Amino acid sequence: MTVKEIFESMDYGTAPESPAEALAWLVDQGDRFGHFIDGAFTDPRNDFESRNPATGEILATLTQATLPEVDAAVAAARKAQSKWQKLGGAGRARYLYALARQLQKHGRLVAVLETLDNGKPIREARDVDIPLVQRHFYYHAGMAQLMDDEMPDREALGVCGQIIPWNFPILMLAWKVAPALAMGNTVVLKPAEYTSLTALLFADICRQIGLPKGVVNIVTGDGAVGEMITAHERIDKIAFTGSTAVGRAIRTATAGSGKALTLELGGKSPYIVFDDADIDSAVEGLVDAIFFNQGQVCCAGSRLLIHEGIADRFHEKLRARMGKLRLGNPLDKSIDMGALADPVQLKTVQGMIADNPAGTHFTPPCDMPATGCFYPPTLITDLAPADRLMQEEIFGPVLVSATFRTPAEAVEMANNTRYGLAATIWSENINLALDIAPKLAAGVVWINGSNMFDAAAGFGGVRESGFGREGGWAGLTAYTRPKGRRKALKPQRPHGGDATTGDAALDRTPKLYIGGKQTRPDSGYSRAVLDKSGAILGHVPVASRKDIRNAVEAAQSAAGWGESSAHLRAQILYYIGENLSARADELAARIDALMGGKSGKAEVEASIDRLFTYAAWADKYEGRINGVPMRGAALAMHEPVGIIGAFCPDEAPLLGLISVMAPALAMGNRVVLVASEPAPLLATDFYQILDTSDVPAGAVNILTGSHLDLAAPMAAHMNIDAVWSFSSSDISGEIERASASNLKRTWVNNGHARDWTHADSNSFLAAATEVKTVWIPYGE
Amino acid sequence: MTQKTAKTAPDSCLGSTPMHLPQTVEPRNPGMDLDLDWVMRAQANTSAIERRAAQLGTRRSVKKEYQAAWLLKAVTCIDLTTLSGDDTAGRVRRLCAKARQPLRPDLLEALDMQGLTTGAVCVYHEMIAPAVAALEGTGIPVAAVSTGFPAGLSPFDLRVKEIEASVAAGAKEIDIVISRRHVLTGNWQALYDEMRAFRAACGAAHVKAILATGELGSLRNVARASLVCMMAGADFIKTSTGKESVNATLPVSLVMIRAIREYHERSGARVGYKPAGGISKAKDALVYLSMIKEELGDRWLSPDLFRFGASSLLGDIERQIEHHITGAYSAAYRHPMG
Repeated sequence: MTVKEIFESMDYGTAPESPAEALAWLVDQGDRFGHFIDGAFTDPRNDFESRNPATGEILATLTQATLPEVDAAVAAARKAQSKWQKLGGAGRARYLYALARQLQKHGRLVAVLETLDNGKPIREARDVDIPLVQRHFYYHAGMAQLMDDEMPDREALGVCGQIIPWNFPILMLAWKVAPALAMGNTVVLKPAEYTSLTALLFADICRQIGLPKGVVNIVTGDGAVGEMITAHERIDKIAFTGSTAVGRAIRTATAGSGKALTLELGGKSPYIVFDDADIDSAVEGLVDAIFFNQGQVCCAGSRLLIHEGIADRFHEKLRARMGKLRLGNPLDKSIDMGALADPVQLKTVQGMIADNPAGTHFTPPCDMPATGCFYPPTLITDLAPADRLMQEEIFGPVLVSATFRTPAEAVEMANNTRYGLAATIWSENINLALDIAPKLAAGVVWINGSNMFDAAAGFGGVRESGFGREGGWAGLTAYTRPKGRRKALKPQRPHGGDATTGDAALDRTPKLYIGGKQTRPDSGYSRAVLDKSGAILGHVPVASRKDIRNAVEAAQSAAGWGESSAHLRAQILYYIGENLSARADELAARIDALMGGKSGKAEVEASIDRLFTYAAWADKYEGRINGVPMRGAALAMHEPVGIIGAFCPDEAPLLGLISVMAPALAMGNRVVLVASEPAPLLATDFYQILDTSDVPAGAVNILTGSHLDLAAPMAAHMNIDAVWSFSSSDISGEIERASASNLKRTWVNNGHARDWTHADSNSFLAAATEVKTVWIPYGE
Repeated sequence: MTQKTAKTAPDSCLGSTPMHLPQTVEPRNPGMDLDLDWVMRAQANTSAIERRAAQLGTRRSVKKEYQAAWLLKAVTCIDLTTLSGDDTAGRVRRLCAKARQPLRPDLLEALDMQGLTTGAVCVYHEMIAPAVAALEGTGIPVAAVSTGFPAGLSPFDLRVKEIEASVAAGAKEIDIVISRRHVLTGNWQALYDEMRAFRAACGAAHVKAILATGELGSLRNVARASLVCMMAGADFIKTSTGKESVNATLPVSLVMIRAIREYHERSGARVGYKPAGGISKAKDALVYLSMIKEELGDRWLSPDLFRFGASSLLGDIERQIEHHITGAYSAAYRHPMG
């Protein structure tokens, strides 16, 4: 076209970023890659191809890792770990800083290679992904520097197996590698088979800066390699980002292995627009929410919930805006949407949309490239929550929409999902926005914006979107553990005997404590509790899955506890302590009788002290304001987990129960406690104290029975948000396995003992809370 | 000004009827009754608008001949402006010569774009006569700032009379300033009435409403003032006088053009947009043009609906155009001054 013609048409033309440097780097590497193990690349094989999804061109051939190769990578990481840890935070900081610097120096090369391999627009790779990658390494260089001073009681987990997805290949690598390395871990990382190239470039960079051998190991291949890592006995922790289905499989596969696990999974994040919003900005926000990275974003604002009164007008503006989106060559600096990452993903999206004709489908007329994995921006309106596309993650540029009438209904619809990753709220009313944010089941909430990320802000989900946080102080928990040697916990069995003798006192009938009432067990069975000599001390009910059901229902209806003030919760914990003190002698005697010995008095005193500790913490376990580069505040809010089922320790029947209950209550959770199996009578005595201490009905529920029998139904219950186990029965694996049903958080002892005389309140408070990051940009 | 350019104008690529005035293409914005419900519903979220504004320059990039064509388009949208206390007839004639021949003839010839002119020349009332004389036969309109520019605090009847005098003197476009106090106190009715009166006084001349956005306190006020002025019949809305400490910015522009879009959607009338002050780089001009293209559409990429109020922008564009043609970076002294 001549200048004169363009003057009339005012078209954009093309503005392609040159791939020359990135292609030259591939050629330098021989266009073939092995794995990066122990500081060197292994001999490449032609196992599979890495293609540019926009053109179908082969970029390089890659090697599918075998088990011996994975073994070698793990061995290298294992060998390097203790030295890396001993290097100290400041020493590791130097390396992380060098990585950040190097990633900055080669920023454009990384961005272009990412676009070639993944199909995302160069603008996004250049302006979003790579700056965040750099920021993540800088930030965690700082965390390494501060670790020795700020986290004196924590240490590295060891070797971390990290499995990352194809939607943000180098960014997810950064999210995984930077905190792991900062805390003194070494890693074996597997990039997604569609998008391994930037990880291999990163390996090259590790080599360039002289990172000690074995600290970072990268193995390539498909899910089979992921399974080898997941199952590997010499790996201490698995960190996975990807689909909920695979996350569930990993949860099941690692159950009982003692591996730490964090999962960052799928989402169907609500995008709520109230009628007082800046409508044009909310429409524009959707471009960042659902059309960013072709919608292949786990936290994409994919579910538009819009106030009924403005829906038509909003949809009209949105359709007009979608008509302006430009699809095409991802290397073109003037396009908004590139290619999906792989033909398989394109088929998945096409199939899902074709199979679900419900609603009104809209796609703007747009210039679609004739070949390549392109999918047009799509809006589906007139949907109801019951429609499948309102529930299932599409992972493509497809927005579904439904309307609400009131703020309460908006919350209800937003939370009507198995997922809970992110949420967006648009309103110009600060009262409304800040009221809604805490009510949403999500790990991240954006107010008047979408898809904001930073290394200083925790990211991660609730419900089936996974558990654990990446970024910020909260993210470090996932790569550290308390210092100290772990001792095995001896099984504590109930005392045996002929169970024929009993004392002559008036018969008492301990019951289950559910919803603030003493309740007989659904089974109708009781079991005798004997002392050391075999004498019957009493009978306790044998709880079954139905009692768990009833207890959870009671806990569900006590939701108000989570909204009560921290001051009130503290007062109630103090009051429990006060009432416990009044019956100290009696309970001490009971402990002595059940456990044998004379530890009762000390245990009661420690229990009172524990209640005071968590009463103290109730209004002091505070969130943070993260130092994100934005005019505004990113709040890291501590929210209750919800309903926690806990198997109390067998060996400290009163102190253990209180050590579990008190932090959970202090943070606003409701609990279903299963009492010490050999010494359940302390729990049944204790509920009388709860009855007199103004604890709301349902906030604390106490069951007695077999830990072994109750573990699976508890962990599988979909309305329980977390399960803890300190039982001496071997139920850790069973709990982790069964928890995969709804991916609830688990905290189990894996057969390790705990010293109950120490509160370890940081561990308990962290387990009793979820960190919700609320982004509040401001400015007038 | 040379005779040569005046002669080439009629057979220029732009044709003999320059598309400067809205009424030459479509009906003017007739205005409507003040709709306060609509005005008060208007919102502008500053952070979100800033984010969008920051992305504008990164989402679109025009290169090579496209960039040259876009920069030429920008030239046709410039209201070449002098608004200084020391303006003289001679100074204004010099500016008008630049308006008629904004780029060196050899450059225009190389691009086959002979006859290209700026959108208008913008001056104070006293300079209208020399400007009209200097532009005679070119079709380039003279715009006059009016109504007690820049503060707009002279007596109301004098402000109306100033418009009438400028129209009588031959100004085809009147850039009025609104009373900022009406916006700051939320007196939308007063703003509407004032704008109505100004529009009436303009008669056939078309009227640009200068909001002085740097003095309105918030983007929400900018959005609401934009709507009120359009309801009262403004042909253009314009950011600034160039005399405020903050002049045209991308966020302010986004708010105003979104208001224009909404007004068009509801009323069918197209109102023009003029950012003024602070736009001095060719690159900035490209971002503005792509913003207009993205948010309003191609129809607005024309001097009848879009103008830059700028004095030094043209100089940078001249150098970029020469670079496009020669491949070598240019120097300011190689281009005739205005």
